[in-house]
Order: sequence, then structure tokens, then C-alpha cells
Amino acid sequence: MIRLDAVRKTFKTGETEINALDGVSLQIERGEFVAIMGQSGSGKSTMMNIIGLLDRPDEGAYLLSGQNVAGLSEHARARLRGTAFGFVFQSYSLLPRMSALEQVELPLIYQGVRDRRRRAAEALVRVGLADRIGHRPTQLSGGEQQRVAIARSLVVDPLVVLADEPTGALDTATGHEVMTLLSDLVDQHGMTIILVTHEPEVAAFAHRMVRMRDGQIIEDTGASKAADALNGEAST
Amino acid sequence: MSTLDALQIAVRAIIANRLRSLLTLLGLVIGVSSVIALIAVGQGTQKGVSDQIRGLGTDLIFIEPSAEATTQQGGGASPITTTLTRADADAIAANGNPAISAVTSHITGEAQAIAGVNNVGAESVFTSSNYAEVRDLEVATGSFIAPGHDRAGSLVAVLGLRVAETLFPNVDPIGQEVRLSFLAGRVVFAFTVIGVLQEVGGAADADDQVFVPITGMANRFRFLYTPTGDLRVTQIDVQASPGADTEQLKQQISELLLFRHNRTDPDFTIESQDDLLEAASEVANTLSILLGVIGGISLLVGGIGVMNIMLVSVTERTREIGIRRAVGATAGDIVNQFVTEALALSVLGGMIGIVIGVVASLLVDGQTLGDQEVTTVIQAWSIAAAFGVSAGVGLISGIYPAWRATVVDPIAALRNE
Repeated sequence: MIRLDAVRKTFKTGETEINALDGVSLQIERGEFVAIMGQSGSGKSTMMNIIGLLDRPDEGAYLLSGQNVAGLSEHARARLRGTAFGFVFQSYSLLPRMSALEQVELPLIYQGVRDRRRRAAEALVRVGLADRIGHRPTQLSGGEQQRVAIARSLVVDPLVVLADEPTGALDTATGHEVMTLLSDLVDQHGMTIILVTHEPEVAAFAHRMVRMRDGQIIEDTGASKAADALNGEAST
Repeated sequence: MSTLDALQIAVRAIIANRLRSLLTLLGLVIGVSSVIALIAVGQGTQKGVSDQIRGLGTDLIFIEPSAEATTQQGGGASPITTTLTRADADAIAANGNPAISAVTSHITGEAQAIAGVNNVGAESVFTSSNYAEVRDLEVATGSFIAPGHDRAGSLVAVLGLRVAETLFPNVDPIGQEVRLSFLAGRVVFAFTVIGVLQEVGGAADADDQVFVPITGMANRFRFLYTPTGDLRVTQIDVQASPGADTEQLKQQISELLLFRHNRTDPDFTIESQDDLLEAASEVANTLSILLGVIGGISLLVGGIGVMNIMLVSVTERTREIGIRRAVGATAGDIVNQFVTEALALSVLGGMIGIVIGVVASLLVDGQTLGDQEVTTVIQAWSIAAAFGVSAGVGLISGIYPAWRATVVDPIAALRNE
């Protein structure tokens, strides 16, 4: 479903050039739960931004469901970003002064969806926040805020949920709860999740581990295993 | 994203920053209301001046000695060198021109009017019985100078309303004696009051004037006569017949006077009421434009305020922009959001400004400022223009910040926690 081919991305800071991505190739199939690990500066966030259409590769191809999206216009990328991806960030990235329901409605506004109130409410029920629908971020705990963010990422029925350090701001127990929720989405609803983290305990929830260093993939536990698992699931 | 959604987002943002929105609105409100109120004052002034000129009578042509022919020395009884005479006025009237319905002439001078212990500075007008008709003056009590007074050279006086009120605060002035003191008190004559004029209003002269028969004065001021025995006048007023061609009439009068004065270049000026109206509305128009420009500048400043606030707002809401971009907002959606917000602010400011501007104009109308009565005429076009400009300014003020918002890098914006 997602295929990166020899993707390069270079950032310039003053005179120095940093190769954030130095010829990365990666393939992720539907239903996978992939953890991308690495130190800060390893290029893992850059890769996630490119996958999520927040950034463009300098070189290389990016195929999403067989379509080359590297050459799309900014407008088309924004539209595709809204429908194909759901983002979960370390800092929840909720808008202040908006109720949980309104937060979750937000992506639907930009897609012009009609019954967005109902769909947003359903997404909140799915993450276990049925009784927090009218609460604002300041009235919610960190774990609850992150659940709102997860509901917001799910409401558009995305191809992939991209989670960037989703437990980074949470204590261990709450982080565990959030990871369990994400695992359930994969296991019970067949969601595809790409998780960026530097914590091994968090990465352990994923089914596949991609380790990065200096803009290159140095380890991939299951390029084939995931495909095998899928094939296995399909046959059973 | 629908317009309604955009509007909803805008309204929420405006409410979320109440104080700031209010201050931004204030700039626009002051701008719009001052445009409306100042133009209303300008137009009111224009109307006032026009009314005053129209109030002089209808279809009038004024003939006055030209500057070179006059030596203003102050004091109506002081030696005067006007080349216009009553004989000129009679000649114009005697012409039998169907375009002329009446001719009157007068000579004015400063005088002190005294009655008992009261006295007031007034302009004395030495004229004849038909002056009231030509100048559209009506008496409130008594009567105006009669042809009999003209012939007899009677020492009778008709008072302007303010003169009458000052001199006779508690008594009926009719039949009372009023003394006019000329040449700084060197010459004083007593007159019997025969009438008081109705109020002319505004800053019109007639309220402060005293009218006496010129024939009576001529016998007492010998220098009112020319060496050839004609009576000097400082102004001849010709009332044109309704529908007459005043331009042509001016030409005819001019030719007649040139012939009588035996001159090739005129020693007098001829102006019709239309000429005066035109000159006066030009002045009033300039005032209107000046006031409008002042209002316009404050509107512009208000608009810059909106732009400033929107720029601050974009910078402050970088994170929000990043989140919105991440959940699928296009650059167009972001532009739409900020432009709508700026537009909503300026339209709201415009509407409040209209209400305040109109109310202020109505409150000021008829008030006296110093000794001037302020008249305001609210113009529909000024309301439309002020509102249009404020909405336009809002739109333009929104576009640049909105564009700035679109170039916000969503990744950087999301990191900007």
C-alpha cells in the first residue's frame, strides 16, 4: 500500500547540509502495525512527514496505493492528506477552546462531510470517550486528550494512522492504555498504523520494527514477515 | 469547506479573543462613523449655505460697484464713492423689459441702534418700499416701509427680529422710538418703529438689520448725492421674471449700465443667485471633501488595525494552522478562514459604525457650536461608501495575513508547541 523507493531528503541549515533521508526504500502493507525507531536526527520523523504528505522527497518515488504522489499539487496533497491519513502527535495537537466533538469534526469540515456530528460522536465512542464529548482540552487528562486525537485520526476512515511519539507526554500507565487502544485498532479493525518512537517498550506493541540511523534503515524485522502474516491470516 | 463553516470558525476566533477583537472593531467603528458623521456635517453646511442664498429671494440678480469703484471706509454715513445710483436702478426698471419683475436698491452702513437703556450694533439699510418684496422679507408685526414713506422721506424703521428682541425685550416695539447713531455717535437720528420682520434664521443678515427709507436719509446726508444730483446706492437688486433667461438679462443690464456710465469696462459686478449658489456650494463641497478625507483617513487607520491584528493572529496561531493543515485543510481553506475572519470583523465594525455615525449625526443636528448652528444631512451614499470601504479594507487586510498563514510549514507549526 505504501512504497518508498530510494527516497532522499536533504535539509540545509546555513552552510551545512543534513541528509535526513539518504536513499530509503520501504514497503508497508494494509493491516500492518509498524514501529519506526531511532535516535533523534535519525530521519524517522522526516520519513513520517513524507509518508503523511506533510513533506516532499527531494529524490525517489513515493507510491500510495499504486499512485505516485510525489508529483501531486499542493492542493491535491492536502485533500489526500485529509482522507488517507490520520495523525496522532506527541503533544495531542488539539485546538484550544473546542469541545472533543468539535476537535473530531475538524477533518470532516475540510472534506465537506454532511453528517459529521454523528461520525465524530461514533469515533469518540470507539476510543472510549462517550462521556467526554463536550469537554474541552483543559478539562481532559493527557490520556483522554490523546484519545481525542486518536478519534480525530480515525474519523475520516484513513488508510493509515501515523502516530509520532503518541506516548511521549504520558506517564507509563496511561501510555500503556493508549498503546493498547492503538493495538486493538489494528487487531480488531484491521487499521494500518505507523508508529514513530524511540522507546523500545512502546515499539514492542507493534508487529514490525524498522530501525533507522543517519537517514538510512539499518534494521527491518519484518518486511517479509508482515507479508507472511497477512498471507497467513488470509489463508486461515 | 462551506462558507457557513468558515464563518463559524471566524466567529469563534473573534469571540475567543474578545478584547482584541473589540479594540480592532473600535478602529473600524470610529472610521466608519466619522466618515458618515463628517460627511453629514459637510453636506449640512452646504445645505445651510444654499438655503441662506435661496432665502434672499428668488431669481435675483445683484449689482454692486466693483472693487475699484468702491472705497470702503466703514460707516454707512461716511463719504462713499460708489458709481451706482438710484437713477441706474430706475433706468433698469424703466426699460420695460419683460424679463424683469422688480428692481430695488439700497445703501448699507454700520449703526448703533438705541432704545431706552438698550442698544445693539446693527446694519442700517437705507432702501425703499419694494425691498421687502424683492428680498422675500415678511413682517411679523406692523408693516414694512410703504410707498408713502418713500415719498415723504419719513423717519420710520423696520427692525430685524434680533434687533427688535434686544432693544425691546418686554414691550411691543411698534410705535416706539429707536435712535440710530452713525459715525461713532457723531450723528444720531430718531425713528419710529413701524414693523418687525419675521425671523429669517441661520446666519442671515436681515435678523440683524434695521431698514429705513432712503429718501428720508438722503435729505440728512448730503454726501449720498452725486455732484449731478443722483442718489448713490451700494447695491441694486433685480428680480427676474419667473423663467427668464438670467444670463441674457445680466448681459442686457450690463450693456445698459456701461452706456449710462459711459464706460467700456464695467465699474460694477453683476451676479445672479445661481452664480452665488455655485460659488458657495463650491466652498461647501471643498469642506465636505475635506471632512470626508479626514474620515477616510481614520477608516484607513482602522483597516490597518485589522491587518495588524490579523498578522499577530496568524503568528499566534501557527500551531492551529499546522493542525488544520495536518487534518486536510488546503492552502485555500486557510486563506478562506483568515479572510473570512477579517471580513467578519470589518463588516461588524462597519455596521456598528453606521449606527453610531447616524446617531451622532442626528444628535449633532440643530445643536449650536459656538455661535454657529450645526446642520447635518445624512447621505445614503456616504453610508454605502463607508461600509463598502470598511469591508474592502477588511478584505485587503485579511488577504496578506492569510497568505502568510499558507506559507506556514505545517511540520514546523506542529513542532511549535
